[in-house]
Amino acid sequence: MAIRRAFSGRIVDRTAVVGARYMSSWWRSVQPAPKDPILGVTEAFLADPNPDKVNVGVGAYRDDNGKPVVLECVREAERRIAGNLNMEYLPMGGSVNMVEETLKLAYGENSELIKDKRIAAVQALSGTGACRLLADFQKRFCPESQIYIPVPTWSNHHNIWRDAQVPQKTYHYYHPESKGLDFAAMIDDIKNAPNGSFFLLHACAHNPTGVDPTEEQWREISHHIKAKGHFAFFDMAYQGFASGDPERDAKSIRIFLEDGHHIGIAQSYAKNMGLYGQRVGCLSVLCEDEKQAVAVKSQLQQLARPMYSNPPVHGALIVSTILGDPDLKKLWLKEVKVMADRIIGMRTALRGNLEKLGSPLSWQHVTNQIGMFCYSGMTPEQVDRLTNEFHIYMTRNGRISMAGVTTGNVEYLANAIHQVTKSA
Amino acid sequence: MRREFTSSSSPADRRLNALVRHLATASIESRTAVAFSPTSGFHGDSVFSHVVRAPEDPILGVTVAYNKDPSPVKLNLGVGAYRTEEGKPLVLNVVRKAEQMLLNDRSRVKEYLPIVGIADFNKLSAKLIFGADSPAIRENRVTTVQCLSGTGSLRVGAEFMARHYHQKTIYIPQPTWGNHPKIFTLAGLSVKTYRYYDPNTRGLNFQGLLEDLGSAPSGSIVLLHACAHNPTGVDPTLQQWEQIRQLMRSKTLLPFFDSAYQGFASGSLDQDAQSIRMFVADGGECFVAQSYAKNMGLYGERVGALSVVCKTAEVASRVESQLKLVIRPMFSNPPIHGASIVATILKDSNMFNEWTIELKAMADRIKSMRGQLFDALRTRGTPGDWSHIIKQIGMFTFTGLNSKQVEFMTREYHIYMTSDGRISMAGLSSKTVPHLADAIHAAVTHLGQNNS
Repeated sequence: MAIRRAFSGRIVDRTAVVGARYMSSWWRSVQPAPKDPILGVTEAFLADPNPDKVNVGVGAYRDDNGKPVVLECVREAERRIAGNLNMEYLPMGGSVNMVEETLKLAYGENSELIKDKRIAAVQALSGTGACRLLADFQKRFCPESQIYIPVPTWSNHHNIWRDAQVPQKTYHYYHPESKGLDFAAMIDDIKNAPNGSFFLLHACAHNPTGVDPTEEQWREISHHIKAKGHFAFFDMAYQGFASGDPERDAKSIRIFLEDGHHIGIAQSYAKNMGLYGQRVGCLSVLCEDEKQAVAVKSQLQQLARPMYSNPPVHGALIVSTILGDPDLKKLWLKEVKVMADRIIGMRTALRGNLEKLGSPLSWQHVTNQIGMFCYSGMTPEQVDRLTNEFHIYMTRNGRISMAGVTTGNVEYLANAIHQVTKSA
Repeated sequence: MRREFTSSSSPADRRLNALVRHLATASIESRTAVAFSPTSGFHGDSVFSHVVRAPEDPILGVTVAYNKDPSPVKLNLGVGAYRTEEGKPLVLNVVRKAEQMLLNDRSRVKEYLPIVGIADFNKLSAKLIFGADSPAIRENRVTTVQCLSGTGSLRVGAEFMARHYHQKTIYIPQPTWGNHPKIFTLAGLSVKTYRYYDPNTRGLNFQGLLEDLGSAPSGSIVLLHACAHNPTGVDPTLQQWEQIRQLMRSKTLLPFFDSAYQGFASGSLDQDAQSIRMFVADGGECFVAQSYAKNMGLYGERVGALSVVCKTAEVASRVESQLKLVIRPMFSNPPIHGASIVATILKDSNMFNEWTIELKAMADRIKSMRGQLFDALRTRGTPGDWSHIIKQIGMFTFTGLNSKQVEFMTREYHIYMTSDGRISMAGLSSKTVPHLADAIHAAVTHLGQNNS
């Protein structure tokens, strides 16, 4: 009693309400949660006053001045949208226009599958939301199944399937010695998984390693996944961003489609349209026929309804405005290529600088890897040194967001990396 | 098994041949090799072939049906979205203004928000619902996180409770918004009901409410509609709220407020927040889900906030860190656009005032529709007591019509509403009130007096 009174800090007025002031918090045993490993990096960066600080943590694109970019096609789309349209609820499945255009990007502009209406698709809250919907759907309709997740992967993948209560396993992916793909082990894992397992595949620009299978390797992966009757789920967060060409970046998906898989795809416009905070994405599931697609879509909506009812309209309008206008779409494709090219250029520059410094290590992987991230191979201890001694911020798995590298900081970054790795 | 090759098959054949060649030389163990052809090894069944089509959402399904109807006199009184006298959706002037400001600010970027959303938005939302002078805010005992409108706020709050609270049962009023039980069930709570609506009086079953909450296990969660109960429009009086509060605190029941209509019910933001502020004033804890869908007309932008009022600032901080763990695997961080509009309006006193005026105009138009419908039924001599139409508050009227009568009205008069007899007053106009009154009159006289 005395403890509770002290806790509430004042003497209880017995003539007033009973109960409330006596109680200590219902939440007193709630533990402080650990910081998100990725988003926590930017928080730390922002708090650092050092003028030389570099943020190569979170995967958000920066221009060569280190500034965030709003694409011109996006600005134009927003000008057209503002003042013209109302803000009514979208259907539960989101913007039909946006979804249609989005499917074309993934499945092909003239895809028979789209024409045959075999794809169940709903607008989702960017890539995260799309993965979560699929995970919840998997739990509900394939409750005995498990999800195989590559090692390593985007850390939030584990959270998503955990919260959906789907058991997770891992499959070999990254080969630390070669800083490339552990292909043989990956194939073994596919073969050894129980038939009908779900496999999470990064369609292109693997996060965090930047290591992608070759086309031939994708064909073999497809073959083995098919032999085991596994479900292939593609997380495509970087279409266009990897090579600069969206068609090329969708190659893995097209291979699987040709092979007859009934795949699922999570698509995001966060990076390739720079719409990060708008939370625009799409979840699609390829079905046997139109009837099944209708059924699956209706069930996906049943999962969306008690989560957020219907998805946000603004970002979807931007996407459909851009993709629905040939000129704006052309502009977008140009701007995506500029972003991809700048990153490729920074890879070359970083590797070049390290080699010029006479690093004893091989930095080939910096240019072999693709997409926004470079898996440097640095240890958590080396990363900590980078942060503490050089004010360089990145995730402790050694992942460098190349988007944060500029002509202005690449030498500083290379030198710092050299300093912490030269005696490795 | 369908071959999904493109119309020109030769590239596909080339690929096929290449793959066959590859397999012939690949180091695949012969005993595990599978002869590759598009029609073997893969039985062609989708892993989801057993999935059946879900029924239409009862509320959103109404609009779907309405859209299909070609009748020129059709009336959509289903979903609770505000309409003007001309039957058009409304974007508030102050919202348009805010949007232009955001658009013209070229320094604005589209970066990821923090997991908890826009800090300004969160603070201002807490002030709006709890009052600027709220002791809970002054003492830093409130954590507020941006969520996807009311639905999203309820879901995040419920998931948190399912993980961290010792009681996993939530009591919801009978009836309530159709999505409530689904949200809580999916979040991992079990759902029970407490008596709320009295069909005989078409008012509050206060005795039943007190009994049911009184017999709930100690610590149970209780969902409370802050104002403008959906679907009934029946709210407790302030005196009744006080009794509910005392009962709940004495039984340590945890309040979870759903505030979707602040300002929309009475026309006054402060008045519509009274129930919540009463609970906060006693120093106890509660959850509040806020939505800006209706009162700022931001429906599709999905703007809302979840606030947790805690005993101490330290607890609030820990709670916030755990809320982030719920949010990150659900959508990572909330959408920026709608919340930016809200923050722009709430922080500018002129725009805030403009908003309160436009909000009051919406609330007043609804009250006027109530009066007009009541008068129209009286004029027609429609049997029954229709005073609940003007006694109920907020966007909806629980007419008391049963599903047969509703079906009749849809078929014969092209009136679209949910089968529980709920009509959205926001969908009415002076021009369409007579048509609705005719429909109700016909339904009641042809199918007998409503017994529900």
